[in-house]
Amino acid sequence: MALALVDCDSFYASCERIFRPDLKNIPIVVLSNNDGCVIARSAEAKKMGIGMGVPWFKVKDSFLSQGGEVFSSNFTFYGDISARVMNILEGFVPKVEVYSIDEAFLGLDELEKNYDLYSFGCHIRGLIKQWTGVPVRIGIAPTKTLTKIAINEVKRLNIATKVHRISSKKDIRYALNNTPVGDVWGVGRRLNEHLSKARITSALHLADIDPRHAKRKFSVVLERTVRELRGQRCIGIEENITAKKQIVVSRSFGSRVTNLETLKPIVNNFAVRASEKLRNEKQKCSQVSVFVRTSPFSDHKPQHRGYKTVELVTPTNDTRDILAAAKKALIPIYRSGYDYAKAGVLLNRFSNASSRQYSLFSDPDQPKGNSRFMEYIDQLNSCHTQIYYASQNINQWSPMKQNMMSPRYTTNWYELPKTKADS
Amino acid sequence: MKVNYIGKISEENLPAIFVPYFLESVHAGFPSPASDYIESPIDLNKHLIKNGAATFLVRAQGQSMLGSGITDQAVLIVDRSIKPTHDSIVVASIDGEFVCKRLKLKPKMCLMPDNPDYPPIFINHGQELEIVGTVTAAINKF
Repeated sequence: MALALVDCDSFYASCERIFRPDLKNIPIVVLSNNDGCVIARSAEAKKMGIGMGVPWFKVKDSFLSQGGEVFSSNFTFYGDISARVMNILEGFVPKVEVYSIDEAFLGLDELEKNYDLYSFGCHIRGLIKQWTGVPVRIGIAPTKTLTKIAINEVKRLNIATKVHRISSKKDIRYALNNTPVGDVWGVGRRLNEHLSKARITSALHLADIDPRHAKRKFSVVLERTVRELRGQRCIGIEENITAKKQIVVSRSFGSRVTNLETLKPIVNNFAVRASEKLRNEKQKCSQVSVFVRTSPFSDHKPQHRGYKTVELVTPTNDTRDILAAAKKALIPIYRSGYDYAKAGVLLNRFSNASSRQYSLFSDPDQPKGNSRFMEYIDQLNSCHTQIYYASQNINQWSPMKQNMMSPRYTTNWYELPKTKADS
Repeated sequence: MKVNYIGKISEENLPAIFVPYFLESVHAGFPSPASDYIESPIDLNKHLIKNGAATFLVRAQGQSMLGSGITDQAVLIVDRSIKPTHDSIVVASIDGEFVCKRLKLKPKMCLMPDNPDYPPIFINHGQELEIVGTVTAAINKF
C-alpha cells in the first residue's frame, strides 16, 4: 500500500530560474496579480525572512537592497511548466491525481510489487529536474495524509535526495511525533485551537485518539484524518477531475475607476474572457453574475459593494449573450461617486454544451447560440490576430499593474529564451 | 540537389500544421495517380520533437555556429532528456548565460564554435558549466 505526493519546490520561483541561469542562488519572490503581495519565495528569500502573503511595498526596499529579484506572476509560463511536470509523471505512473499547479498524488500500489519505491522516487525526481529544470520533493507513505507528513520530513530532516518514504509503524510514529498537529493536512487554524485545548498538540497525539471519539467530539472529517494518520487509507486517488462548476474572472484595477464609462469596458473584458473559458470547458451557463467593489484598505473613503445575478432562460456560451447579461447585471449595481478597486464576472449553473434544452416558454432574450461562429472567433484569437467586441476596452485589455513579468518563454514565438549573441 | 514533391497544403488544413504526404513523387502537369497512396499526414511536431515535456525552443543569436547550419535568429529545438556526447551540439549555461556550441569531450573538454572566426571556450577553474540540453534541430526561416 503506497501513495506518493510530488511537490514542486517553491514552484513559481523555480520556474523563473529555468531560463535565467544567472539567478542561481539569488533570492526570488513572485507577486500576486497587480503586484500586491508576495505569493512565492525561493529558499533564499524565505531565509531572508520574507513571509508568505506579505504586501510587497512592506518588504520591497530591504529585499531589493539585498540583491533579490522580483517578478510579477507569469501564469502562462508556470502553467506550461506545470503541464510538463504532470505529463512526465503520467508517463511513468499509472495513477496520477493533479492536485494543484505544483502538486500531484501518485498511486503506487501496482508498482510496489516490482520496484523499490524509494529508488523509484529518486529516479522520477532526477528525470523531472533534468527534463524541465524544476526541483521536486517526493513523500511516499500508505495514505495521502501521511505523504504530506513525509514531504515535511524531507525539509525537517534535511534529506539530500529530497525523497522520503515512511512505511513501517516505527517510521510513521517517529514522523508523527515530530509533526505539530497544526501541520497535519486538513487541520486548519480553528481546529488546531480546539485540539490544543484538548491537549492534542502533535500528530501522534491525534493518531492515538479513538477514531470514533474523534467523530463524536469533532467531525467525520477529523475521524478520517485520524484513520489516515494510522495508515488506513480513506482518501483515494481521484483521476477524473470533475468538470468545473463555476468560472470567475476578476481583477483588482491598476488604478481606481470612478465612472461607468471606464468600468463597463473592463467588465466586458472579463465577460469575454469568462466566455472563452466556458467554451474551453465545453459548457454552457445559465447564470451570469457581476460584482464591483471599492477598496477595503482605503477606509476613509466611502465604501460600496454591489453584486447581481442575471438568469438566462436558455443556457449559452456565446460571448454576445454573456456580454448582454453582464451589462444587465452591472448597470443596477453601479453607484456613482465611489472609487472602484475591483470587479469580476462569474458564470454559474453549467450544462453540457452539446445538449440543448428548449424552454417551454419562448425565451425573451433569444440566445444567439451560433456555436460555429464562436468557434471561428476562438480559432482566430488563438493565432496572432485578436478579434474584439465593440464594447470591450481594447487599450486596457489587462488593467493590471504587472511591470516585472518575465517573458512567456514557452508559449510565444517572440519571447523565446535566447543564446548569448556571440562569444 | 534532387527534390521530391511532397504535397500541397489543402486549404481546409491551412491553420493546422499537417501537410499531406504522398509516397511517390509525381510529375507536374499530370493528374495525380498518387492519391491512392495517401498516407497519414506529416506532422512537423512529431518529426522534430521526440519528447515534448523535455523540449524547449531557444532562439540562436550570432554567427558562431554557421558551419553547423545554424544562422542568426534560427530557432533551436533543445531536448533536455538527450544526454549529450562528444560532438553533440548543446545549449549550455556558462557564467549565467546560454550559449549554443558543439561539445568536445576530448582531447580537452571545451565548447567549440563552428566558425573559424570564433575561438573555442575552455572551462577555467572555478567557472561553472551546465549543459542545459542537446540541440536536435535548427529551424532557419528564409
